[in-house]
Amino acid sequence: MKKSHLIIICIFFIFIFTTLYFSLHNKKIYNTEELVGQKISEVELTLFNNEKTFNTKNISNYRFVLLNFWASWCLPCRKEHKNLIILSKNKNLKIIGINFKDNKINAKKFLKEMGNPFFILATDIKGKKSVNFGVYGIPETILVSQDLTILKKYIGPLNLKDVNEIKKIINK
Amino acid sequence: MRKIFFILILIFISTNLASGENINNKILKNLRCLVCQGQAISDSNSDFAQIIKSVVEDKVQEGLTEREIYKFLSEKYGDWILFNPPLKKDSYLLWFLPYLLFILGGIAVYLMIKKRPIEKK
Amino acid sequence: MLSNLGIIFSTIAFLTTLFLIHFSFAELKISGDKITKKIYKLSLVQLIFSISSFSILLIGYLLSDFSMINVYENSHTTKPLFYKISGTWGNHEGSMLLWINILVIFSFLFLLLNKKKNKNFKILTLIFQNLLISVFFIFLITNSNPFAPIFPIPNEGMGLNPILQDPALAIHPPLLYIGFVGSSIYFSAALASLISKIESKSFARIIKPWVSVSWFFQTVGILAGSIWAYYELGWGGYWFWDPVENSSLMPWFLMTALLHSVLVLERRIGLYSWVIVLSILTFTMSVVGTFLVRSGILNSVHTFANDPSRGLFILTFLILMVFSSIFIFFKYAPAENKNYRIFSKEFFILINNWFMIFFLAVVLIGTLYPVFLDTLTEKKISVGPPYYNFILAPFLIPLLFLMTHGPKHKWISSEAKNFFNKILFFSVFLFLIIFFVTTESNLLVNLVLLVSIYLITQSIFDFYENFKNNNTNLSRIISHFGFGLLIFFISINHIFSVESSFNITPGEKKDIKNYVIKFENLETLSGNNYKSVVGHFEILNKKRLIKENLKPEIRVYNQPKTITYEASIKSNLFSDTYLTMSNISDTDIFNIKFQKKPFMNFIWLSVLLIAFGGILKFFSKKKEI
Repeated sequence: MKKSHLIIICIFFIFIFTTLYFSLHNKKIYNTEELVGQKISEVELTLFNNEKTFNTKNISNYRFVLLNFWASWCLPCRKEHKNLIILSKNKNLKIIGINFKDNKINAKKFLKEMGNPFFILATDIKGKKSVNFGVYGIPETILVSQDLTILKKYIGPLNLKDVNEIKKIINK
Repeated sequence: MRKIFFILILIFISTNLASGENINNKILKNLRCLVCQGQAISDSNSDFAQIIKSVVEDKVQEGLTEREIYKFLSEKYGDWILFNPPLKKDSYLLWFLPYLLFILGGIAVYLMIKKRPIEKK
Repeated sequence: MLSNLGIIFSTIAFLTTLFLIHFSFAELKISGDKITKKIYKLSLVQLIFSISSFSILLIGYLLSDFSMINVYENSHTTKPLFYKISGTWGNHEGSMLLWINILVIFSFLFLLLNKKKNKNFKILTLIFQNLLISVFFIFLITNSNPFAPIFPIPNEGMGLNPILQDPALAIHPPLLYIGFVGSSIYFSAALASLISKIESKSFARIIKPWVSVSWFFQTVGILAGSIWAYYELGWGGYWFWDPVENSSLMPWFLMTALLHSVLVLERRIGLYSWVIVLSILTFTMSVVGTFLVRSGILNSVHTFANDPSRGLFILTFLILMVFSSIFIFFKYAPAENKNYRIFSKEFFILINNWFMIFFLAVVLIGTLYPVFLDTLTEKKISVGPPYYNFILAPFLIPLLFLMTHGPKHKWISSEAKNFFNKILFFSVFLFLIIFFVTTESNLLVNLVLLVSIYLITQSIFDFYENFKNNNTNLSRIISHFGFGLLIFFISINHIFSVESSFNITPGEKKDIKNYVIKFENLETLSGNNYKSVVGHFEILNKKRLIKENLKPEIRVYNQPKTITYEASIKSNLFSDTYLTMSNISDTDIFNIKFQKKPFMNFIWLSVLLIAFGGILKFFSKKKEI
């Protein structure tokens, strides 16, 4: 009785401790990868420059669409902006910018200063529309295919690696 | 006698009708603030929490049930946003293991007693 | 200079520990019953230098000596004196030094206070305890040195986190450490007992006071933490099933089980192996808790600054400790004596253990499951209050019932007293009155209320009986009574709590249920290290025509830059009024959270009562009847 108990107990603890050891290296940043593979929600986005709206189901008119959530007060957004400009040159890709909880004057200034990569510019003053896309902070970027499937979700500013990844997908 | 019974039933029913205010709070207490350190949305004043509070309020006004609101938010943000882990493949062990252990414990106590009769006098 | 002194003192204390271990081994080979004076002297030297090194750190904080990184990072010249002192242990390195001091103090006291006991047992306990101490010293010196110097010496410190400046939080760590760090002594004693083969009844009698003391401080420490959370964190809750809170609760379950089991063991030889296992598990769980809290694998409001290297060290130590204990247990555990009988009261204590271990398992599973799931499958889920409440609450019903009924059984016989029916009937009657007032429809809550009333009524009756017959069960009666009260008041609080969130602008008035809340005006203030916006509110209770003035604040601190929301709380005897305020950015609209929380003070008092019952056990020389 004793020997077999001992072995079971030891195996149990070895399992616990090994898992705890590997837990020390768990990713800390929460990545809402839930959305990848889902279809994008149908949302009426208010356009920035006028009162008209853009329905996200119309994304099916384009081959690939990048939804970028940004604001003029967001420092990492500045860092990634040039990458957006680069990507906007690709003819397979259309970038929709969603200005998140921002002041219109500051937003316009930002775009004037840093360039405007946005095919369509929408606004989400209260930040509530962005909840439909699982956004919890900015910048966030979502890559959507023509059949409205979410291909990729990027939390934080787009770096070169992300840019290359996107290029690979949209150039296929 | 019947009157008392009837009144009791009325009391039961009336206290079960939760007001809109309560449902709102209840939901917010069950949602995790994703950018805070472990707080619930109801207890946080962060930007994210304020947005979610507003969205939940809208959804409650639209008439969505508690379950539907949780479903909506977990579809967008993952199950991590829910403090009540939904019963799925990943969480069977979480929900069933405690009861299993309780039964095992009971068996252990029973085995201990069985070997040695309880002294009555 | 202080930095060097601190390092020197701790090094001497560490070396003394090593000498103590060495000479203790030698002592084992010497025959005879008396421990040589050398051991006592070494132990005293260890104590002196250990306390001195802690004092050095304390002095560093008092003098705001920023030549030590630890003081620089965690203190500030403008910090009030009381919080400078408590800042000593309000950080990782300082708290590790406090850990060591408690281990040393307990080691010393154990040596001193057990004059008449078996020599080998005492020496072995000393050896194990000092092995623990030396590991922690190594950890301190290599990874978490509170005396590490910094050059050039900064003029001002960084550490003025306002949330940490609270009286309950200041005493919370020392209280808890005496609790779960103190459990180290019966961990060491358990291993020593196995090897030295002392009689099981002696073992029970020896560790009983230590278990009582550590249990008392753990209870009070948890209470202090809850009080801090309630008054300081601003959400009106007192328990959130947060992983760090759980880490303090888990050892508590084990200590409670152990405390009950020791009562059996001191009269009978049964349960010896189980008591040994519990003693080992308690300190193990304490170290697990420390690992969880300091390694960074948990996401919580309460976490210390996290560092995986600390986690690795503590994990390694934990592995060594657990496997050594398993090895020693399997090698030295005596064969089970199956020829004795289980008496009635023993049976109920086994039931208590069953429930305590179950609760422990639930909390452990709830706390670790998200971590394990994430590590093994990369999926992230949260386990929060709904889980714990759903699983644990129903079990309160059988627990409370058994707590009421169990102690009635005697050790020898089990005549159910004929008052049994009267008390139950009276309890049901009381419950119905309360039910009439609460009109609560939830069946679970009502059943919990019913059984808690049963326990309360029975306890009052037991108290009266105890008084009449001059028995010595006061300790148990008071603690169980306290527990019944606790569950009762938590339930009532749950039923009658009012919570309402709404937006309001200065000058406006809002009607919320039976209250009229008037936002009188806004005031801006400057404290010595913060600027704040204070809202003046008048709360009118329409039913009782009572007015209360509350002043929630939004504070902006500049060193480090933080915003805190100070709740305004009026604690009355029967109910607390709780108000917090936040501002909707770029508007003059404020979001207010108004809460009425009944019987909060009674909840705190119930826990104190529970603790008080336990500490009576420490002072009682007689065995329970």
